[in-house]
Amino acid sequence: MLDVLVIGGGNAALCAALMAREAGAEVLLLESAPREWRGGNSMHTRNLRCMHDAPQDVLVDAYPEEEFWQDLLKVTGGRTNEELARIAIRASATCRGWMRRHGVRFQPSLSGTLHVARTNAFFMGGGKALVNAYYRSAQALGVRVRYGATVDRLELEGGRFRAAWLGNERIEARACVVASGGFESNREWLREAWGRNEAGEWPAENFLIRGTRFNRGVLLRDLLDQGADRIGDPTQFHSVAIDARAPLYDGGICTRIDCVSLGIVVNRQARRFYDEGEDFWPKRYAIWGRLVAQQPGQIGYSIIDAKAVGRFMPPVFRGERAGTIEELARRLGLDEAVFVRTVSDYNAACRVGHFDHEVLDDCHTEGLAPPKTHWARPLDTPPYYAYALRPGITFTYLGVRVDAQAAVHFGGEPSDNLFAAGEVMAGNILGQGYTAGVGMSIGTAFGRIAGAQAAAAALRQPAPAIA
Amino acid sequence: MQTLQALTQDAVSTLLLSPEEAEVDRVMTICNACRYCEGFCAVFPAMTRLLEFNKADIHYLANVCHNCGACLHSCQYAAPHEFDVNVPRALAAVRPLTYAEFAWPPALGRLYRRAGLTMALATAGGLALFLLLVLLINQGSWLHAPLAGNFYAIFPHNTLVLMFGTVFLYAIVALGFGVASFWRMLSPTEAPRAALGAAGLDAAGKALTLKYLDGGHGEGCNDEDDRYTPRRRVFHHLTFYGFVCCFIATSVATLYHYLLDYQAPYPVISVPVLFGIVGGIGLLIGPAGLLWLNLRRHPEHAVPQQRPMDLGFIALLMLVSATGLALLVWRDTGAMGLWLALHLGAVMAFFLTMPYGKFAHGVFRSAALLKSALDKRLDKRAGRVPTGA
Repeated sequence: MLDVLVIGGGNAALCAALMAREAGAEVLLLESAPREWRGGNSMHTRNLRCMHDAPQDVLVDAYPEEEFWQDLLKVTGGRTNEELARIAIRASATCRGWMRRHGVRFQPSLSGTLHVARTNAFFMGGGKALVNAYYRSAQALGVRVRYGATVDRLELEGGRFRAAWLGNERIEARACVVASGGFESNREWLREAWGRNEAGEWPAENFLIRGTRFNRGVLLRDLLDQGADRIGDPTQFHSVAIDARAPLYDGGICTRIDCVSLGIVVNRQARRFYDEGEDFWPKRYAIWGRLVAQQPGQIGYSIIDAKAVGRFMPPVFRGERAGTIEELARRLGLDEAVFVRTVSDYNAACRVGHFDHEVLDDCHTEGLAPPKTHWARPLDTPPYYAYALRPGITFTYLGVRVDAQAAVHFGGEPSDNLFAAGEVMAGNILGQGYTAGVGMSIGTAFGRIAGAQAAAAALRQPAPAIA
Repeated sequence: MQTLQALTQDAVSTLLLSPEEAEVDRVMTICNACRYCEGFCAVFPAMTRLLEFNKADIHYLANVCHNCGACLHSCQYAAPHEFDVNVPRALAAVRPLTYAEFAWPPALGRLYRRAGLTMALATAGGLALFLLLVLLINQGSWLHAPLAGNFYAIFPHNTLVLMFGTVFLYAIVALGFGVASFWRMLSPTEAPRAALGAAGLDAAGKALTLKYLDGGHGEGCNDEDDRYTPRRRVFHHLTFYGFVCCFIATSVATLYHYLLDYQAPYPVISVPVLFGIVGGIGLLIGPAGLLWLNLRRHPEHAVPQQRPMDLGFIALLMLVSATGLALLVWRDTGAMGLWLALHLGAVMAFFLTMPYGKFAHGVFRSAALLKSALDKRLDKRAGRVPTGA
């Protein structure tokens, strides 16, 4: 009988498969995507948030455990599990040697990402290069990999894993790691989770999926149906505001719009709805997906003038361009009078001091609701540009409850041979909010733990402590 | 939802780009919003200095690219993704346009489009010429009485100098004019003379070590799949330094001839012959390895039109080195004249096609690397950070 079955093909699954194989287990990995789409959302990632007490190769200064924890506490608003969070944080300090041994290469932060040079280690070539390296290493170590292998359901017996079913095919194993992602590409489930708003709209119908089309939540639903303990809220996710013209799936990094803090954002009624200059964009980008999701029609419009051009990451699609505010309103199909009033009210409220996008500067609005607290400069220099925004979902937080051994819980009791890693359990740590690179920290830490634990369970050996 | 093609179409049409150039503009606009590949090579840092890509930018980027393939295998937007991003292929498709556009004289630029044919015709012509001469000199026979390696008995020294000197000089002048006008298009307007020296050294180092075939991490580049190997870099080094050794052998022999009045044939243990042997072997193994890799290359790395140029050049290099080594082995026999004719024919073809074939890639790439090194220094001096910071 097979020792360890790993279900999933992204970062967490690969970490689990590699660890289990290194521990001496026979490992089979089932990736539901065909080979050319392998790697789940990991192929769209670019870095790992890393704790470090002193400068480390590509990481500058220090990012101690406590600061990482406080950052996480802040973005989740306390909806987290401190024990599990600290496990992921500590593992992030030491996992990179192991990652390098499996072929992952790191590089200093990319241009335009200086703000995370201290906290995040970038993968050379991005997440797909990481995924490729792990698959090469897995192949070299003798992990068996099957693509296009979608598991429909698990055969469980009192919280113990017995077998996985792919159609009529039954695969038995002594232990199993589920790392099959969230349910973000299951549009019916999203629609049901978000329901109807007061305006009678189904907001989820206007969401775009930034990542893989293969995270349909089949195993997540199966586990929850079979009594696995549930964690998280189905409407919570990592979501950013992306270009409305992005493809439905796999738009990835390039569809994000980075000019929000340099201008204003209005909704379909041509009205502002949130402080665009609340904090540095890298600290705020993760709330704008939800903000746009709460607007009528789930759409927003980021408006800038010529002064902003060249100060933000160039967008993949050209913006709507106009010589006057009136013309821009017409091009966007917004109510011209309301839009002109919104812009002129904003312009009149701007108190421009010394503009500096690198610091929380003193350019702000007075007597405007909502205010813009930094980088507020009048929109007065044509041409004007607009980018339509939609909520772009990266991954969902509803998952299964796990413990420090990554064991899936049933009725409060840990399974002794079923483990979970990655998005399917990230909700244990991320109840809401997001901070760049933490998804990969969680996936790597718990993928490795799950793999080691699964191998130990299968081989009936004590699991080693993971350095 | 509008397609990416439709969205970028209007922008592209205003720039009067060829379809190949327009594809680079489309792809680079996507890359510039992603930037994950920045660590691999100099193409992506060059891209981040720009918000839009005009013709000069596109030809510059195309010639910085070493076609290592790393960015294709790492690309989240590569096919089957609807964005169909393939940077190596897009840039490879533009390079022949650069060579053709900047060829001198301009009318001969079209030779690039049929570089394989050009190479074949030049080779056939060169060989035919010298074989015919051998027949004439030896009164209708391929063979002659052994001459103890004295090939000047067949082709007088001055005849060879005149023929090869003229053709080589022409090749250098034509390539020089070509790359000079390429440089005029590229050179930064603010280029300070002071930075030129350091940038030149930097660029020369990058070119001579083939830095950008190391993948950024030192493990090499991609051939048939996503694995990195140093193979292509090693075989290219053997080829290039083999060529350099052969060039040194010829130069030393020329100096011996004119300065020391010491005339060929030289013994095996002599500077020209030893350099010739080492260079010849490098120039045999290197191109053979490159040929092997070329046939195994992932098909998506390049455009099919590029192939005849690559394969023709590799074959010609091997012909030059193989006939040169054969000449050395059989220089004491009656077949020396035949091998000499084959070797000289191949060398003649090589010289003739230098400005109109694959050889040009080294010259244009060096110019592009010089710009890259200069820009890096200009940015540092001006305290500029790439757009998006």
